[in-house]
Parts: sequence; structure tokens; C-alpha cells
Amino acid sequence: MSDAASPAYPTRWKRPPQMVTSRFWRHALTIGALVYLVLAIGTVEVNWQRVMVGLERGQRFVAGFLQPDFTSRWRDISTGLIESLTMTLTSTVVGVLISVPIGIGAARNIAPAWLYMICRGIIAVSRALQEIIIAIFFVALFGFGAFAGFLTLSFATIGFIAKLLAEDIEDIDEAQAEAIRATGASWVQVINYGIQPQVMPRLIGLSLYRLDINFRESAVIGIVGAGGIGATLNTSLSRYEYDSAGAILIIIIAIVMLSEYSSGYLRRWVQ
Amino acid sequence: MTVRDISAAEAPIWHHRTPAGRLALYAGWLGLVALFVWCWNLMTERTMWVFVYDAPTAAADLMNRAWPPRWSYMERLWGPLWDTINIATLGTLLGIVLAVPLAFLAASNTTPSRLILRPFALFCIVASRSINSLIWALLLVSILGPGILAGILAIGFRSVGFIGKLLYEAIEETDASQVEAVAATGASQAQVLNYAVVPQVLPSFYGISVFRWDINIRESAILGLVGAGGIGAQLQASLNVLAWPQVTLIIIVILGTVVVSEWVSARVRHAII
Repeated sequence: MSDAASPAYPTRWKRPPQMVTSRFWRHALTIGALVYLVLAIGTVEVNWQRVMVGLERGQRFVAGFLQPDFTSRWRDISTGLIESLTMTLTSTVVGVLISVPIGIGAARNIAPAWLYMICRGIIAVSRALQEIIIAIFFVALFGFGAFAGFLTLSFATIGFIAKLLAEDIEDIDEAQAEAIRATGASWVQVINYGIQPQVMPRLIGLSLYRLDINFRESAVIGIVGAGGIGATLNTSLSRYEYDSAGAILIIIIAIVMLSEYSSGYLRRWVQ
Repeated sequence: MTVRDISAAEAPIWHHRTPAGRLALYAGWLGLVALFVWCWNLMTERTMWVFVYDAPTAAADLMNRAWPPRWSYMERLWGPLWDTINIATLGTLLGIVLAVPLAFLAASNTTPSRLILRPFALFCIVASRSINSLIWALLLVSILGPGILAGILAIGFRSVGFIGKLLYEAIEETDASQVEAVAATGASQAQVLNYAVVPQVLPSFYGISVFRWDINIRESAILGLVGAGGIGAQLQASLNVLAWPQVTLIIIVILGTVVVSEWVSARVRHAII
């Protein structure tokens, strides 16, 4: 056996590629990504003069955020906050009430096929559009203010809760429902005694989670006129009152963090 | 032993809950109803009911005006659509660039300082997550002026929290024995990260990034409402002149984009995992 026949034994180890093992596709993907980046960054037009002017404003915003002004616009802020909070609670309650029958109808194991299709259709429509687009239409139909926001959030809640509830019902332990059915229970009794106890903890958890999401969204839909704290924030920013805007943002962040922790705690306690 | 015959009259009826439990449950529901009514009254204090009663007529009127969509407007939507995709993609990239170091600082097994840097990184992640990207855009448009740059930054800043949170949880779940094995060969700290931690989190990293990109396509479509470029700017312009056929077309285009991006992200994640 000659040394010339066998190539030098490699002394350095190179890590093999993890994700894309084909050499051709690796290079093709890299080149494609680079071409896209050049094209994409090329279309970003930046008006540097405007940015320079803006940086000074940015400093004022940071200063306003560090020294928030809660007092001078407190009337507007509190009105917006009350609208947001009441909107959040009422829309979650109404949304959950509507989504329970729809969720039961959208569960494949307990609903007939025609009902299943209808309920899944309602869920798909409600989930397809972002809250803000729905809010635009509801504001156009029902006028400005918290009522349009309430309808928007209720509508968005239906898609979220009904879908997750239906999936939960489909995942239940069939034996318990079967046992109730074997006692001669009617359909309503099967739902009440065989299914409801199994999904109730999760339904309560989901409702609390949705309450949390609805508050976050209520801070946003005000931008298109659907009331709440978002409208106040939008007004204060368009007046360049950065200290009031900073105060509103601090309130939003505080409530979001509080509700996230308390809803997480409550959900762990319920389940 | 006497056998007692339970007559029908005194037979105990089975109940799901004890009387005290039932009472507490009813009290809870009553409290919720009272809270709901109180909130409802506060909320509708300033509602103009005339507009609400008028809604069916308004809806019919709106449908009449919004249908059919003005298909010829499509040629002016390709540019904004390209902008929207760029905002989402570049914003996601920016979010990734900022989130990866934060995630390594925030994960309890890779953080260099548990007392200072870890709380700082966690605070950045939470603050970014609690502000919606539309509010980020509102701020940045007011600071930087309208345009696609504000949109990219808004999407990027919101993505930091999402990617950072999921990534640092993935880092914390890595298998410690692999880290130990690489460290036992005499590898430096950087080498341990590179050869033991990174290969373990890489699949979830790609999954998280593609998932966030999919969400960002949805969000960048509406950022234009506050002036941050993309197809939302056309939506805002059409709404301002009440050109409802154009609004219908734009919403159809947004829906189509969302469906396509969801399909792409599902395919990519399926291929990775």
C-alpha cells in the first residue's frame, strides 16, 4: 500500500451543514437572499434631512418618556382608559357567550356535518381579517366611539375562542361522554355532564387570555376612531405632546404587564 | 344490622356541587353580570344610538358602493405590495439581529451576568412585547416622518420581544450534557456556544423566525394606516376619499397576501421540524 494512493488524512474537522445539506441549494439560497436584500434595501427611500430633524424630536420623546406628564391631560387620559377597560370587559363577555355555541357547533365529534361547515366558516371569516380593518368598517357603520370598538373586539374574540374551544372539544376523553350517553342522557345532558366539565378549565383560561389580548387591541383600534386609549395616544402624538404620550405609553405597558402576569397566575390556578 | 329502605321521598338527589359551592358559584356569576352591566353603562354613555339604529341601512348602502371592486386599481398596488413584503422581511431581519444577543443574555444558562445583564435583557424583551407594532409605527412616524423606514423599524422593534422570548426559552431547554461534552474537550466559552448550544437551538430559531415573518406580513399590511408605508398607505388614501371599490380590492389583496404567507411559513416550518 503506497502513500501516494491515499490522500493525506484530514487533520482539521469542518462542521457539516445542518439545515440545507445539498451544496447546490445552499449556494442558490445564499445568492437568492443576497439579490433580494440588494433589491429590497435599494427601494427603501430615506429622507436623511427629515431623519435629522426627527432625531431632535426623538430626544424630546425620550425626555417625555422619562418625565411623563400625567396631570395636564388627565381628563382625556382617564376617559380613554375607562373606555378601553370597559370595552375590554364587555367585548370579552359577549364574545365568549357567542363563541360557546359556535365552538360546540364547530367540533367535529358532536356536531352534524352541515352545522360543522357553517361554524367553521364563521370562525374562518372572523380570523382572516385583522382587528383594525374590521374596526374601520364598524366605525363606518356604527359611528365613532367605543361602541364600534366593542363590536370589533367581540367579533375578533369569536374567531379566537370558538376555534380553540372546538379543538379542545375534539380532543376530549371520549370515554366519559360515552359513559354519560350510556345512561340514556339526551344530547344537552351529554354536553352538560360529559363534555363541559372536561373543557371548562381551559375555556376559563382562554377567556382570561383573550381578556388580556383584548386590552392590547383596544389600545390600537382607537387609531381608526373606535374609541379607547389608542385615540388619546393618537391625539397626543399628532399634537407633539410627547410628555403626555409618554404617560399614556407607561400606563399601557403597566396594565399590559399587570394583566399578563395576573392572567397567567389565574390560569395556572384554574387549571 | 338493619336494612333501611330508602323510600322515594327521602332518597338523596345527586348534585354536582355542595350547597356552599353552588352558592359561591351563583354569587360569582351575579358579580360578573353586575360588573358587565356597570361597564356597559359606562361604555355606552357617549354612544350616539341614532347611528347604531341606522346601521342596517348604512351597511346596505356601503355594500352597494363597495361592490364590485375596482380591478383596474391593481396596477397601482404592485409597488406598495412590494414595499409591504420588504417591510415585513427587513423588519424581521432587524428583529433577529437585535433579538439573538438579547436572547443569549437573557437565558439563565448562557448569560454572562445574572445580576445586571439578565434583568436588562428581560426588560427589553417585555417592553418590546407590550407595545403593539402599530403603536411603535405611530411613534416612529412622528419621530422619523412617514415612510417605509419607520415601518421597518416598527416591525423590527416589535419582533425583538417575540423572537427574543421564544429563543431564550429554547436556549434554556437545551441539553446540558452536550454543553458539558464540548466544554470537556477544552473548548473556550465561544466555542461551547458555537458547537454545543447553537446546533441545538438552530431548528427552533428558524421556526420562530419564519413564524414571526408570517405575523409581520399581516402587521405590515396595516402599518400604512398611520403613515409607515406599504399597502396600508393606499388603504388610508382610499378611505380618506371614500373610494370604497378600491378599499374592497385592497382588502382582497391583503387577504391573498396573508393566505400565501401563511402557506409559505407552514411549508418551511414543516420542512425544518
